[in-house]
Amino acid sequence: MNASFAAQINSILAAFILLTAFGLLVQRRVFGLLHIFAWQGLLLSISTAIVGYSAGLHHLYISAVLTLSLKVIVLPWILYVLIHRLKIHKEVEDMVNIPTTMLIGIALVIFSYHLTAPIRELSTLVTRSTLAVALATVMLGLLMMITRKKAVTQIIGFLAMENGLFFAATSATYGMPLVIEMGVALDILIAAFIFGIFFFQIRTTFDTLDLKAMEKLKEEE
Amino acid sequence: MINEAYPVFMESLQVIMVLVAAPLLVGWIRMLKCWSQGRTSAGIFQPFRDLSKLFIKETVLAENVSWIFTATPYIVFGATVLAGAIIPILSVDLPLSATADIIALVAIFAIARFFMALAATDIGTAFGGMGASREMMVSSLAEPAVLMSVFTVSLVSSSTSLSHMAHTLTSSPIVLRPSLAFAFLAFVLIAIAETGRIPVDNPSTHLELTMIHEAMILEYSGRHLALIEWSNMMKLFLFASLGIASFFPWGIAGADNIKMLPMALLALALKLALAGIFVVVIETVLAKMRVFRVPEFLGFAFLLATLGMLSHFILE
Repeated sequence: MNASFAAQINSILAAFILLTAFGLLVQRRVFGLLHIFAWQGLLLSISTAIVGYSAGLHHLYISAVLTLSLKVIVLPWILYVLIHRLKIHKEVEDMVNIPTTMLIGIALVIFSYHLTAPIRELSTLVTRSTLAVALATVMLGLLMMITRKKAVTQIIGFLAMENGLFFAATSATYGMPLVIEMGVALDILIAAFIFGIFFFQIRTTFDTLDLKAMEKLKEEE
Repeated sequence: MINEAYPVFMESLQVIMVLVAAPLLVGWIRMLKCWSQGRTSAGIFQPFRDLSKLFIKETVLAENVSWIFTATPYIVFGATVLAGAIIPILSVDLPLSATADIIALVAIFAIARFFMALAATDIGTAFGGMGASREMMVSSLAEPAVLMSVFTVSLVSSSTSLSHMAHTLTSSPIVLRPSLAFAFLAFVLIAIAETGRIPVDNPSTHLELTMIHEAMILEYSGRHLALIEWSNMMKLFLFASLGIASFFPWGIAGADNIKMLPMALLALALKLALAGIFVVVIETVLAKMRVFRVPEFLGFAFLLATLGMLSHFILE
């Protein structure tokens, strides 16, 4: 496997990561969201391993395995259990309708391409072209957090953003130092637990997971 | 002498093949569908029998029809045959291919659709108007997406001429291109919508509330109906071969090379048979979706096509 072939595979994977980011935006069902999120993690981990192989950096293998175990297995499983316990089966409610969200998403992709164009000129890494995709994934995750009402889907948006950041680190500088990556992974894991506790708290306080209820500050009315 | 006659021969061969192979493809799909549902099929030649039966039958016209209604079958048929002469199905060396590129091709399909919708409203029945308005809704969303998706291929080959696109793809070394993968996915979704297959429309239903295409041709009979049915079969065939020509042209006969022709025929038959299997699998697995979900479906196709185009710029 030579370098240009690895770069091709990597750009295919980047394209699919972008597709999953859009998939998260348009998916209506909560379990569908979880599946897409797990797929995104899988693609991310394969991409990291390939970058590690083509650049000869072995610590990227460790982060690929870390991504695989955490984002493909553990986090979706935690969220799955949470959704089951909370008995959420309804379709996801969104603030902006889906075609509009898609159009905004396309605009964000163009924006992030434009934003990363100077970096692309300067960088010499084989992964430089995927940086725009990584930034777009971050922005699409943010867009998902903005357009969705329910807490669970916002968390998935947040985790998708983290995926994007991880991908950006891999494509811009061949990954962060391993210590930082492990720290981030631990943070994400802890965050997932804390989110779980929060969900139950929010539900017992407001009887709903709709975060609109939290905007009401007064007791009366 | 051979060299002068070759393109003309190629062109006529292709038109004849489109006319004959389109019912065969439909027959193949119906046969597979019968098998997948555990029914005995009527055979692969049943569409020919249907067509010849319709040609013999008397044509009944409503009292208040205008010339649009009677002219539409011929216009639709003519436009579809013309489209069949442009798409490089067997060989990249087509004389008519130089006269029209992919944009013109989409426009030719649009002419056929426009007259079909006019004829449907011309007759003045409620179903005709309903079918026409739905068809227009679907096509207005599908058209930008199909253009976007084929433009992605144009970007890769830097030409909008279909023959040139197919030629560039076959002659350059195989590179993994995410843009083409996206464009192909988008094209599949649009082809399903444009040719009126499940999950957008059901070609074999006459259930009033769900039909789109069938509602428009409800008033046609006899040879008019035969022409419309035939051009509809050709449309399915042409969309399948347009997809093959733009995304999997390998095996197509090159310019001035008659020896590649048998191989090209074989490759085409194989690819179309696979396309038929694919259609049947989709139609067996999926249910028809609500009409109001169709814009979302086509919006997703547009998104995929746009992503294909963007990833051409970003990743390649």
